[in-house]
Amino acid sequence: QEKLDMSTYPVESIRNFSIIAHVDHGKSTLADRLLEITGTISKTDRNKQVLDKLQVERERGITVKAQSASLFYNHEGINYLLNLIDTPGHVDFSYEVSRSLSACQGVLLVVDANEGIQAQTVANFYLAFEAQLSIIPVINKIDLKNADPERVEKQIEKLFDIPTDECVRISAKHGTNVEKVLQKVIEKIPPPQCNIADPLKALVFDSTFDHYRGVIANIALFGGEIAKGQKIVSAHTKKRYEVNEVGILTPNEQPTHKLYAGQVGYLIAGMKEVAEAQIGDTLFLYKQPVEPLPGFKSVKPMVFAGMYPVDQTEYNNLKSALERLTLNDSSVTVHRDSSLALGAGWRLGFLGLLHMEVFNQRLEQEYDMSVILTAPTVPYKAVLSSAKLIKEYGKDQITIINPAQFPDKFSVSEYLEPTVLGTIVTPHEYIGKIITLCQDRRAVQKDMLYIDENRVMLKYLFPLNEIVVDFYDVLKSLSSGYASFDYEDAGYQSADLIKMDILLNGNPVEELATIIHSDKAHAAGKLLCERLKETIPRQLFEIAIQAAIGKKIIARETLKPYRKNVVAKCYGGDITRRMKLLKRQAEGKRLMRKIGNVEVPRDAFIRVLRRETDK
Amino acid sequence: WPYCRKRCSYCNFNAYVVQAVDEAAVRTCLVREAQTLLRLSQVHSVTSVFFGGGTPSLASPRTVAAVLEAVAGAAHLPGGAEVTLEANPSSTITSRLAGFRAAGVNRLSIGVQSLNDAELRMLGRDHTAAEARKAVETARGLFPGRTSIDLLFGLPGQSLDAWAQRLEAALRFCDDHISLYQLTLERGTVLAAQVHRGALPAPSQDLLADMYQTAREVLVATGFRHYEVSNFARKGALSTHNLSYWCADEYIGVGPGAHGRFVLRGEGGCSREARVQTLEPIAWMREVQSQGHGTRSRVVLNPLEQLEELLTLGLRTDEGITHERWGHFSPHLSLQAVFGDPGEARALQQEGWLVLDSSGLRCTWAGLAVLDSLLPDLLWQLQR
Repeated sequence: QEKLDMSTYPVESIRNFSIIAHVDHGKSTLADRLLEITGTISKTDRNKQVLDKLQVERERGITVKAQSASLFYNHEGINYLLNLIDTPGHVDFSYEVSRSLSACQGVLLVVDANEGIQAQTVANFYLAFEAQLSIIPVINKIDLKNADPERVEKQIEKLFDIPTDECVRISAKHGTNVEKVLQKVIEKIPPPQCNIADPLKALVFDSTFDHYRGVIANIALFGGEIAKGQKIVSAHTKKRYEVNEVGILTPNEQPTHKLYAGQVGYLIAGMKEVAEAQIGDTLFLYKQPVEPLPGFKSVKPMVFAGMYPVDQTEYNNLKSALERLTLNDSSVTVHRDSSLALGAGWRLGFLGLLHMEVFNQRLEQEYDMSVILTAPTVPYKAVLSSAKLIKEYGKDQITIINPAQFPDKFSVSEYLEPTVLGTIVTPHEYIGKIITLCQDRRAVQKDMLYIDENRVMLKYLFPLNEIVVDFYDVLKSLSSGYASFDYEDAGYQSADLIKMDILLNGNPVEELATIIHSDKAHAAGKLLCERLKETIPRQLFEIAIQAAIGKKIIARETLKPYRKNVVAKCYGGDITRRMKLLKRQAEGKRLMRKIGNVEVPRDAFIRVLRRETDK
Repeated sequence: WPYCRKRCSYCNFNAYVVQAVDEAAVRTCLVREAQTLLRLSQVHSVTSVFFGGGTPSLASPRTVAAVLEAVAGAAHLPGGAEVTLEANPSSTITSRLAGFRAAGVNRLSIGVQSLNDAELRMLGRDHTAAEARKAVETARGLFPGRTSIDLLFGLPGQSLDAWAQRLEAALRFCDDHISLYQLTLERGTVLAAQVHRGALPAPSQDLLADMYQTAREVLVATGFRHYEVSNFARKGALSTHNLSYWCADEYIGVGPGAHGRFVLRGEGGCSREARVQTLEPIAWMREVQSQGHGTRSRVVLNPLEQLEELLTLGLRTDEGITHERWGHFSPHLSLQAVFGDPGEARALQQEGWLVLDSSGLRCTWAGLAVLDSLLPDLLWQLQR
């Protein structure tokens, strides 16, 4: 294949931009249209979410991994190179969004003409604004019946201080006015400010793993040029590599001779793991180090979940599936973990609940693995006061992700829980219910303002663990789907945490112990006891199921004993069947977990520990 | 006899409802198979014969006579051997009972099930309570002291009081043997489907326990001996045939879907086999015609498996397993050796569910009701 010559595109003819929007406002559809108009892909009916290559992305209608595409467009006699960088559209991925944006000089802010500004519209706007990018508001879905572009333009003016005449009204689905968007990009977004003569400085804004070619890093050049054969270094890992291939994405890989400052494309340089090409990293030429690009952050997981194979015989299969899946997702942290009930497994760290769900779905779809996910936990911290423990851990502040590690209150001067600042945008009729919900989740209101006559934006400081399980779903259902939610990390706060144990006839069940805020202990304890009562089979004696904090019992359920358990008929034909069943039960007894004298089948734990949505 | 006039709503037996039955053909096959299997087993003496099904009372007395003749021809059938026929108490039965007695039947087991017409309809039975009572009375005339009735409890929607009333009603005219079965909702039956989709309520475990307990107490107070989980007899009217199942004696199953446990001495064998005859009648007949018997499967039971069966079945009776009986299957490892040391059995004894003494191993009154919770532990101990 002929290699493209990128030197024919001087910096002035380049525009690097991204499309940002709230979920479902039409970001990916607009990307599809832009690709079609510029001839990058042929115009057919089958162009739907072209940039969303992952099956899970297409199914859920979300973008998980950022892709980019280089578009060529002739406007008033000049050949322009327009680099479109698609971004993940979800709260969990705001770091990725911010890195993609740092490769751009402008953004198209897409807003649904009916829904108007939503929480992520706001969040993404601020990201772009802080990055000092040109912002072109695009009002989409004007073809729909309830579209009210004028109202949305006023919202934009009020909230973002952008004059209404700068908005472009389009229908991405039908292609209406999309060409005007391209023209605005050329007119309003400045070309990149950089110099080919400078030493190489490239930003990694994404990476994927290909089995044959290794890691493919998406890069944006801030200075210099890059070509095959050059030796480059990663600012973060300090490792050295030789460039095998460079090129642009259209959206498939197209190799080029070189890439120049201001351009966006990909690079293959013998990296073996995506961890070697971390998002936000800077690459430079060997022996020509440069100031690394700002904003690089090491991955910080927000949500942890235990992941176990359904049966221990599947352990190795799951292990390789996890290894292969995390090859392409360096933002998942993996620690080995084990549970008395579920055997050997892992504790995985995700950027958020969606990240975890998508990961699980990919495991099922791409690797055909079903797993047990235990309730998500968050990384609590404890400031130790016990000299013994401080010595043991080597520091005075530890992160606790497994309840078994929870240090008791006598060894701790302070417990800390992670918090997030959440933004909710909702029609005003749901304010009451939402405020109640937030209060119920121990959130503290930080701000409340009307963004137009109908809608309110609320900002609350939430303990992270209160939202990781089902906050988003409850919010949606309370507000009939109209409220939107976004959040960002807000550090740690002091918290009254305790460890809650579950006892069966007085004996603790280790794998069900949880770390919980003392305000919530009673409700959670009651729920666990009720669930256990339904899943443990009756036995010959009464079973007391209790939730306890230290010695204090906070909830209790009683499982009454069997008074009759004998099959009615056992003659000729029944005998064989009976023997089979009884022998299976005898076998099963060996596999049962015995807590004191209570026999608990393994799947009782699974059913109790499993997240609600998995049932 | 695998044929029925209609299928009851709770039945999942190997029973067939067909328009017309070639009775002569079936008869010939039953006779042939009985002869073949008796010869294969080389049994000397037959202690009891049981005609089950389906609805055996739909067959003609001629068929019953032919089978008994065949048995007597191939082995010794003593005059006093128990010969039981299962019968449906529908309208036609009363006139035919005498014929069955003449053919050689000396014990009758009548499927009464319930003495409430609404319940009988729910069960899909083809008779009324009045007809059932009449049938029992006629049977008692022909088979005095040797008439048994079957009753079901734990029907959907049945209350404890209603059950107590049924039992009282039955006690007023029953003979000396009652089989009391808790209704089991088997998958695939009409009744199970109705309960599953909520059209009928499912009785709670505690209610069933109460019903069983009430029945036991009432029957024992009335002079019955609770000699097996579901079987009660007074004046010594125990079912010899069924006892042989629970003592793990040898028995030969003849006819479609019949089960057997015997040794093929005729082939030089010395191991007890578990055998099942082909289920479907037409296929079974073909096999009997070509090979003399229609045995679908035969599995040799190893000593452990035989002991497991003995344990599981023997503990269902009030006498349990005697040392002698155990010794017959396990000459070198006594009951004491297996269950006497500290372990599961000892623990169950201490909790009052089991007794191991000079007579043997058996359940206590309370233990019998929860036998299936005790068995897995005991089987595990036996396996070790």
